[in-house]
Amino acid sequence: MVTQIQHEEDGSTSAVRRQARIKEARGDRFFAIVNTTFLVLLTLSVLYPLLFVVSASFSSADAVMAGKVFIFPVDFTLEGYKAVFNYPRIWVGFTNSLFYAVVGTTVNVIMTLIAAYPLSRRDLFGRTAFLSLFLFTMLFSGGLIPSYLLVKQLGLMNTRWALIFPQSLSVWNLLITIAFFRTSIPPEMLEAAQLDGASDFQHFFRIVLPLSSSIIAVISLFYAVSHWNQFFSALLYLGRAELHPLQLILREILVENTVDLTRMGDIREMVRRQGLIELLKFSSIVVASVPVLLAYPFVQKHFVKGIMLGAVKG
Amino acid sequence: MTDSALSKAKPLPSVNAKPFASAIKRIRRGWQLYLLLALPLAWLFIFCYYPMYGAQIAFRRFLPGDTVWNAPWVGLAQFERFFKSHMFWTVIRNTITISLYQLIVGFPFPILLALSLNQVRRRRFSQSVQLITYAPYFISTVVIVGILIQILDMRRGPLNMALGLFGVAPIHFLAKPELFPSIYVWSGIWQSMGFNSVIYLAALTTIDPELHEAAVMDGASRLRRIWHIDLPGIMPVAITLLILNMGGILSIGFEKAFLLQNLLNLTTAEVISTYVFKVGIQGGFTNYSYAAAIGLLNSLVGLVMIVLARSISKKLTGYDLW
Repeated sequence: MVTQIQHEEDGSTSAVRRQARIKEARGDRFFAIVNTTFLVLLTLSVLYPLLFVVSASFSSADAVMAGKVFIFPVDFTLEGYKAVFNYPRIWVGFTNSLFYAVVGTTVNVIMTLIAAYPLSRRDLFGRTAFLSLFLFTMLFSGGLIPSYLLVKQLGLMNTRWALIFPQSLSVWNLLITIAFFRTSIPPEMLEAAQLDGASDFQHFFRIVLPLSSSIIAVISLFYAVSHWNQFFSALLYLGRAELHPLQLILREILVENTVDLTRMGDIREMVRRQGLIELLKFSSIVVASVPVLLAYPFVQKHFVKGIMLGAVKG
Repeated sequence: MTDSALSKAKPLPSVNAKPFASAIKRIRRGWQLYLLLALPLAWLFIFCYYPMYGAQIAFRRFLPGDTVWNAPWVGLAQFERFFKSHMFWTVIRNTITISLYQLIVGFPFPILLALSLNQVRRRRFSQSVQLITYAPYFISTVVIVGILIQILDMRRGPLNMALGLFGVAPIHFLAKPELFPSIYVWSGIWQSMGFNSVIYLAALTTIDPELHEAAVMDGASRLRRIWHIDLPGIMPVAITLLILNMGGILSIGFEKAFLLQNLLNLTTAEVISTYVFKVGIQGGFTNYSYAAAIGLLNSLVGLVMIVLARSISKKLTGYDLW
């Protein structure tokens, strides 16, 4: 502001300056337009595949088979969703995944909190050593085969716990939580609590936990999404079909193209069924992804904060 | 940690004279903390450290009927078998090709998105862009591959339909080995560009606004301010991430590669992680030792790379990773 006024008073150069400013402003306006266009195009290209899938899921089987769907649904129908409802495997997978996500996330959050609290306490004797033990596992692992043999040895093969116990804790989420405890819980509270004769348990349960709802929301989201989306562990450990999570069943439908066509009718019926199977692919994608995508905008605000915390050195 | 502990202790010379006694005292005072930590530590030893110990199976010959602990030692024979295998160069080459491609092409996108978003003044607009670009990150790999198969479908996929408008004959994208790295990398950019931009947006918020104010007064355009202020401001983060990614050059994740594979593209699609799975788990347990050796080698190289990467990044940016 000050310099601006000075320029105005400085008669001879002010016209030149003003012209330069207008030119700059024009340049900036041009930049803003280019910038906005770039972002819009980028966003549309991210959005398009999702839009295509959703639109195809609401289109008729004929339109999907003929490749008529581009952006909007063609011959709007709910046939695809009826097919999902009539395909029992999807519901088996859905309930199993719900179990893995709910139980797994509960275990995860408890484990993370009880590990993060002591590790965030600077007066914990041996803190650096414990922390290093956790950190080292981010850099090195025994590999697939030894972990697989361990699960076998523990008798977890073909049990639901094979998807819960080996992944009870993620060191990355642990670090985020430690960073949160360090930066968001004022250390004076610990001193005050200790002066009042409170034990560590009391400080943890009565003071720290009630202040931690935002970090609990963030790690719950991360854990729940990773359980819901988990595919590899189920492929490794679960042979029994009734334990399969949704992702394994989606793989049968989407990638391996093995949908059970038990009741074969005449040719016309078969063609119709083939169309339904194609339609089922789109509607099952939507059904499987909706729970995750619904949860995420609610925690988005927290979750950006969570990643930023992760960026702060633990 | 000793600093804070000492500052809390009474200022007596005997604190240093009896470190052992003071340690015992601190441990006894903090017993509740250790109790909380006990279960996570037990888990850590069982599920992370025990498999590291069990990785010794790579130096044994594990046969049906053996246990991990009584199989005969064979030294480095399993490793030699891998080095001599016809798949050795294939999986190494495929893994590094995809990694490097991903590193070079994928790296600028989150930066570009963050810089661009940082220039947007309307909050509603920038929030919607973020909401949409983050979303694919939360979609499962199986679904991502399912979507890819549909989009790239030869007869009715929109990509071939669009190409058809220009007179291009339908391409069976997933059957062409030469296209596999591109499909892998570009779908990865699509999925994680938004999510990866968050860290750069965070770095941008830490830039001193006075720098921008001063530049505006000197008549710097927005583009110049991005070039001279924003970009140098996020450089340390960018270099750190770049080097970290280089450390992970041999670790292409299992899921997406495995799901995108088919018999036709396998020559470029077989990476280390999928090969270990096929040899070790699908191949049955006569191959446990061999697959474990490949996995162990992969882990060891990864560890060395990341330690190297850390010292390079420390030298270049002065930022210590741990």
